[in-house]
Amino acid sequence: MRIGVITFPGSLDDVDAARAVRLAGGEPIPLWHGDHDLKDVDAVVLPGGFSYGDYLRAGAIAARAPLMQDVVTRARQGLPVLGICNGFQVLCEAGLLPGALTRNSHLHFRNRDQVLVVERADTTWTSDYRAGQRIVIPVKNGEGRYVGSDADLDRLEGENRVVFRYADGNPNGSSRDIAGVTSENGRIVGLMPHPEHAIEDLTGPSTDGLGFFTSVLKSVVAA
Amino acid sequence: MSDDGTAGHASATAGLSDLDTGPGRLANRLDTVDLAAGTPDDEQPFAELGLKADEYARIKDILGRRPTTAELAMYSVMWSEHCSYKSSKVHLRQFGDLPPSDALLVGIGENAGVVDVGDGYAVTFKVESHNHPSYVEPYQGAATGVGGIVRDILTMGARPIAVMDSLRFGRADAPDTARVLPGVVAGVGGYGNCLGLPNIGGELLFDDCYAGNPLVNALCVGVMKHEDVRLAKAEGVGNKVILFGARTGGDGIGGVSVLASETFDAEGPAKRPAVQVGDPFTEKLLIEACLEIFAADLVTGIQDLGGAGLSCATSELASAGTGGMHVDLDTVPLRDSTLTPAEILMSESQERMCAIVEPAKVADFLAVCEKWDVLATVIGEVTDGDRLTVDWHGERIVDVPPRTVAHEGPVYERPMIRPADLDALQADDAGRLPRPTTAAELQAHWLAVVSSPDAADKTWVTEQYDRYVRGNTVLAQPDDAGVVRIDEESNRGIALALDGNARYARLDPYLGAQLNLAEAYRNVAVSGAKPLAVTNCLNFGSPEEPEVMWQFAEAVRGLADGCRELGLPVTGGNVSLYNQTGDVAINPTPVIGVLGVHEDVRRRIPSGWRKAGETVLLLGATAPEFGGSAWASVVHGHLGGRPPALDLAAERALADLLGALGNQALISSAHDLSDGGLAQGLTESALRHGVGARLRLDGDAFTALFSESTARVVVTTSDPGGVKTTAQWAGVPVTELGTTGGDALVLDGLLELPLTEVRAAWTATLPALFGGPEHGTTFTVPAGTVPTS
Repeated sequence: MRIGVITFPGSLDDVDAARAVRLAGGEPIPLWHGDHDLKDVDAVVLPGGFSYGDYLRAGAIAARAPLMQDVVTRARQGLPVLGICNGFQVLCEAGLLPGALTRNSHLHFRNRDQVLVVERADTTWTSDYRAGQRIVIPVKNGEGRYVGSDADLDRLEGENRVVFRYADGNPNGSSRDIAGVTSENGRIVGLMPHPEHAIEDLTGPSTDGLGFFTSVLKSVVAA
Repeated sequence: MSDDGTAGHASATAGLSDLDTGPGRLANRLDTVDLAAGTPDDEQPFAELGLKADEYARIKDILGRRPTTAELAMYSVMWSEHCSYKSSKVHLRQFGDLPPSDALLVGIGENAGVVDVGDGYAVTFKVESHNHPSYVEPYQGAATGVGGIVRDILTMGARPIAVMDSLRFGRADAPDTARVLPGVVAGVGGYGNCLGLPNIGGELLFDDCYAGNPLVNALCVGVMKHEDVRLAKAEGVGNKVILFGARTGGDGIGGVSVLASETFDAEGPAKRPAVQVGDPFTEKLLIEACLEIFAADLVTGIQDLGGAGLSCATSELASAGTGGMHVDLDTVPLRDSTLTPAEILMSESQERMCAIVEPAKVADFLAVCEKWDVLATVIGEVTDGDRLTVDWHGERIVDVPPRTVAHEGPVYERPMIRPADLDALQADDAGRLPRPTTAAELQAHWLAVVSSPDAADKTWVTEQYDRYVRGNTVLAQPDDAGVVRIDEESNRGIALALDGNARYARLDPYLGAQLNLAEAYRNVAVSGAKPLAVTNCLNFGSPEEPEVMWQFAEAVRGLADGCRELGLPVTGGNVSLYNQTGDVAINPTPVIGVLGVHEDVRRRIPSGWRKAGETVLLLGATAPEFGGSAWASVVHGHLGGRPPALDLAAERALADLLGALGNQALISSAHDLSDGGLAQGLTESALRHGVGARLRLDGDAFTALFSESTARVVVTTSDPGGVKTTAQWAGVPVTELGTTGGDALVLDGLLELPLTEVRAAWTATLPALFGGPEHGTTFTVPAGTVPTS
């Protein structure tokens, strides 16, 4: 299974995402933001970091990178896409996911081991979890506060598109404790916390993050 | 800045622009070498640039004429205390005189020393101060401190893999601390996070003596293969000099000479223009571009631009090489087209590097830079002969022997005298202070010590740092050492600790430096690593004060003697002097970093207790030692007496024992005892995962809890017999303290401290002082919940 990991200028967790793909049993394929080449991958991960230094708005410039045009086109045709942290911000800026990520309510960058509740265990990226399951993975961001109008948030909840919620404390002031959302077809998922940092007992607070990568590998096999 | 307090207050840049003008400036003339030769008596603003009269005379002597304004600018920054180490050099030689170490691949003198950590891997690490800029502009000062040390590590050919920060501020409740600290922490985090480097530990301490002189020391560590080590020298006539990275602007002009090498003066001019502004995004691109350039073997020499900017990079590269160098300064890409040549030479604009590249490889070099959107410009070439020459639009403005700029600056043997107050200070024995007389008082002192700003939970700070990026962080603050995996196949890794108790150093700088070395050494050993090499950042007051100079010399002598006894090389370091406001110098603050190696990081030893029912053992012996202790400071506001005794043989035996216990997996946790003694150690180990203990302290409970005797570690084990046997064999005393479990720290027959109470006190301090949101308590991570299909 070929899982692409895009590197934008300023991407930081691309090595971590590639490691997570590998430990889950997939083949990580490095993708370069400036190319128009998705290299026949079966799914794409947009990793964390500060693409383009978060200048203008977090994710705004990366969303207009050459390769993102290909990602948008293929994602609309059903290519599974996961956006982590800055990758989530890019997906929102690219219009693939609803809502926006703004400055944390407390104005600090915050890195902590975070409890999440899995709300949807039937997306391409979460099928290895159980609905209602509590998982612990790190969160680390300065602009991770998920916002939207009440009407939009109501619609999102009505369509059951909230995939994760923060539990035991909301780290950034996100509306309705929303940590991650999905597309209508459940194939695109974006979240602020970092599953790729919770894949080994040695380096993470848990191995709860591996499920993202094992989930997508199964869905690709099944497809 | 000036003797009379008035006339010298023109800023450094104003002093320059009076004389030196480039195209774009209205004033009079370009100061060329020819003009300088023809106008030997023109007055020059050497004093405003920080040069003494005899130093200026020496420059004239070297050149056989007065320097041009551009040359004067170069000499002034390169002969500054910060760049030339002119007051410290005669003392620092002791580090170079230590017995040769097999582990040392590159020693003192390069940008950072390089250490062999086995399996063909080499590690380079260094601490650097950014104290003065961080006081003037906390965010940018701290941010560019991180940026600078990261470039030093990159310059050696290494991929930077982690950072640490050692921070000191005035009293925690002082109004100015509330201005400086949040900015510094945000700056360290903002830069390091955006670069993608995990922050794995450091220090945060408070003392009145830092009120006008906060200390911001940043460490970076990098890893490479042996064959990838790069050196800063310009070799090969005809090779091109390429400047790459950010454009050059007007920020940081005179940073090393005006800021870092003078004491602050309430009457002085605004120094903000001397602080640099950082752009971590550009630095991230620079890192990736450099590593690609190294991998393709495209450079023969490389140097980063830090303090003293182009003046430093060109003169050091040329001085270390075999030939000369020529630079066409008007080719340097500028952010501000009105900059004069001298300003360009002095600018400390960040995120710039200088490479020496063979002509045939220039195209490939530029292509890599273009891929990463890094601006790269050929600005000159390596020449035969032994001169560094700089032209500005075809006119020669610099013609100097580079060694006289970079490596043959002034050297001073400053007068030294033992501080007059030291005898009285040492005689003021902390052992005579009133001690708690009841169990309730003992408990109150315990809570007071662990909730003091120095000892309290540092989550308010460390939550602002990314500790996870790159996925190799095995241990980080609050563990005693940061541990990073460097090879995912073999699980080889490194450990690093930074320690700098300035109270001990104030009482006895010789012993204080050694105690700091011992603590960092112990902290590395406690993680299960084998200590390998030492770096340092020596923060002191003005070297022009004989008492400060004595403190400095004693600390260096102590550190050198300590390293000799432990068999560790000093790989490099940094000296920050003039940390004083008016007559008041900071306490001598030698911050010592120790690097260790883990053959297998899976055997690392954490500091927190995880399981109930394990035996708690104290390794090492406790004597009643309270001089310079946290207890004396927190409870009595007292600093006096003698620091705890040093026993490096015992430290060595303890480190060997910990290595053996770790290898045999005989212990489940180990925590160093230092500031705050056993009270602090027990508190931290218990709160980590919310596991208490029932303990029995034989003898005087006060001494057991608050003495800061050295060479002591608390461990937990499920095999106390095995640990005791191994310890006996290693010659390390063992005391059984009790058993883990429960939700309180219970001292049998004495007191019971509920973890909720001690946690509330320990975690409340920093948020209460520095505000921000509610800070949730750490929670125990549930057992692995790996999804199964």
